[in-house]
Amino acid sequence: MSAVTTWSARRAWVVRATGLAGVVGMAFTVWLGLWITPPDKVQGNLVRLVYLHPPVAWVALYLAFGLAVLGSLLWLWPRTRNDSWDRLAGAAMEVGVVFTALTLVTGSLWGRPTWGVWWAWDARLTSTALLLVLQLGYLALRRVASEPEPRARRCAIGAVIAAVDVPIVHFSVDWWRTLHQGATVLNANLSPTIHGAMAWTLLLGFVSMTLVFAWMVSVRYRIATLADVAADRSMQQALAERWAEGMPEAPVEEEGGVPAGVGP
Amino acid sequence: MDSAVLLRSAHATIGRFPALAGVDLELAPGELVVLEGPNGAGKTSVLRACAGLLPLTGGEGTVLGYDLRRDLVAVRPLVGYLGHAPALYDELTVSENVRFAVRAAGAASSAVPDVLARVGLSGRLARTPAGRLSAGQRRRAALASVLVRRPALWLLDEPHAAFDAEGRRLLSTVMCEARDGGSGVLVASHEPAEVLPLADRVVTMVGGRAQGSRRGGRRRVVPGGVHVA
Amino acid sequence: MWRDALLVVGKDLRIEARSRVVVNQVAPFAVLVLLLFAFALGPDRSPMAHAAPGLFWVAVLFCALLAVQRSFAVESGEGTRDGLRLSGLDPAGIFLGKTAAVTVQLLLLEVLLTVGVVLLFGNGVRSVGALVLTSVLGTAGLAAVGTLYGALSSGLRVRETLLPLLLLPVAAPVLLAGTRAWQAALGIGTSTSGNPWTSVLVVFAAVYLALGCVIYGPLLEAM
Repeated sequence: MSAVTTWSARRAWVVRATGLAGVVGMAFTVWLGLWITPPDKVQGNLVRLVYLHPPVAWVALYLAFGLAVLGSLLWLWPRTRNDSWDRLAGAAMEVGVVFTALTLVTGSLWGRPTWGVWWAWDARLTSTALLLVLQLGYLALRRVASEPEPRARRCAIGAVIAAVDVPIVHFSVDWWRTLHQGATVLNANLSPTIHGAMAWTLLLGFVSMTLVFAWMVSVRYRIATLADVAADRSMQQALAERWAEGMPEAPVEEEGGVPAGVGP
Repeated sequence: MDSAVLLRSAHATIGRFPALAGVDLELAPGELVVLEGPNGAGKTSVLRACAGLLPLTGGEGTVLGYDLRRDLVAVRPLVGYLGHAPALYDELTVSENVRFAVRAAGAASSAVPDVLARVGLSGRLARTPAGRLSAGQRRRAALASVLVRRPALWLLDEPHAAFDAEGRRLLSTVMCEARDGGSGVLVASHEPAEVLPLADRVVTMVGGRAQGSRRGGRRRVVPGGVHVA
Repeated sequence: MWRDALLVVGKDLRIEARSRVVVNQVAPFAVLVLLLFAFALGPDRSPMAHAAPGLFWVAVLFCALLAVQRSFAVESGEGTRDGLRLSGLDPAGIFLGKTAAVTVQLLLLEVLLTVGVVLLFGNGVRSVGALVLTSVLGTAGLAAVGTLYGALSSGLRVRETLLPLLLLPVAAPVLLAGTRAWQAALGIGTSTSGNPWTSVLVVFAAVYLALGCVIYGPLLEAM
């Protein structure tokens, strides 16, 4: 078990700066998205959702899930096994659930005016919904009261089992039904004819959403670290108490000591 | 000769509880050592650590030449662990249970009838589902599963519990035979009357540590006429 | 590995032959599920016949949950849990053995379910071969992933509630692909070929059988 350490002042500063940059970037994205960029010829003002939905989806579907799976694999691999990978996987998955839910909500908001319904059994929506349930399963597994090492093991294995399912889900759902108009909202709007400000706003959206995600994961990771520090301290205390159990006994010589019943 | 068991400052936790808080213990092949101590002293945890069921979180441990920190799994098939709960499938008969255990270990099942007769579970009892046996009979069946695998290290946790007088005699004989056959035998017990006469050494455990060691009841005479522990 | 797998599958099937939990409890449950579907969709036969492939696979999923739970109930005693780890059995062998036992039990249930679907919902069968093939493939994949999650949750006090949450979403491709392949085999709707769906089932089963062989060693430590 690795020694648990808290953050240095510098690291805390970097995390804070990341969070600040992310939030400011989001504010700029909103401003640019709502007031500066022009409405789309086909989609009108609806296009403004494009500055939000794809960045959220990118974080949810690739960054968060990928990071959680990577952390799980690194924990499982004996050479790289370290508690911090388990904490990273847990933090990324937890934040990822929020982003996956946001992906569904923003996708649904876009779907209502476009398709006329809040929910369509579109391939992307369906597989994202399944991903959300898979992630919720992971979190449920994580919440089970358990000893730290088996929990890390169970969660890591659970994440891997779910992860190999994701491409299969993706393809089978894709075949099952592809309703999504065009390829994606993203590709439709990134065509060369796109207005310059739109492309920059979208890029800013991606960057700031990624920063916000990094900040959230860092903070969640830190909380997990502190929880482990607290547990570690109570562990030291438990060890001292455990040793004290032996104290009231009459002192007995260590190893190879006095044979019973042999005396003067 | 290599030790059958060698623990050096072994730590192990169950949850956040330090079950082993720095155990030093050595057991030679052909030696019978009794672990004694109050409830919760860590006797069972020592046995489980030696069986490769409880990973060490600190210190060093070697069992039958395998490092407990690295080759935890390799130790398991080599030891005979008799825990509180017998490893029996209730739906299977005694004979099927023992046969499964011996074949899982990769040994021939031809010895099963003899072993079952030895523990007093032949005939009708061998064909009885394990779930219908009494507690003592289940212990006998579990003992048969260990016996038939001829382990190089016996790890017995309160082995006399639930045994009748005849079962206790059988158990003592089996333990002595294993020891004389060169296996290490580590017994956790609260019943000094049963085990102390057989023991080469007695180790007292308190608070997750081995507090002391003394000679057991068994005296061996070596050339030169010196009693050794 | 194969020898160990045979040993485990023999043991599990023998336990089932003695206890008959799957025969006495899960099989009636499967029939009951079909009846409930009929109540929900009937009494007209045509919506039932149309939905039959999906209903069949949903029923199979429920049965798989129960079969997996049963498969690990017999291993979850304190003694047997240690016993399995101390046995010297190859973890991949344990995985394949338990998967095979669950597969065999589920296939027997599916025979019953198929008869039920044909009798109760009035479906005809276009291709028996395709029906059998897709059922075997889908069931093998389902049993493999079920055996993984069964072991993952078996040591926990909340296993009964946790297992469905973990297993059912992951099994979604089996439901999708199995349903489509069955529609083709039963000759429902416009679907012409079940081949791409059969390949999804093949991939699913292969992926989880391979993953299970690799990961079951670490998994047993968490049981």
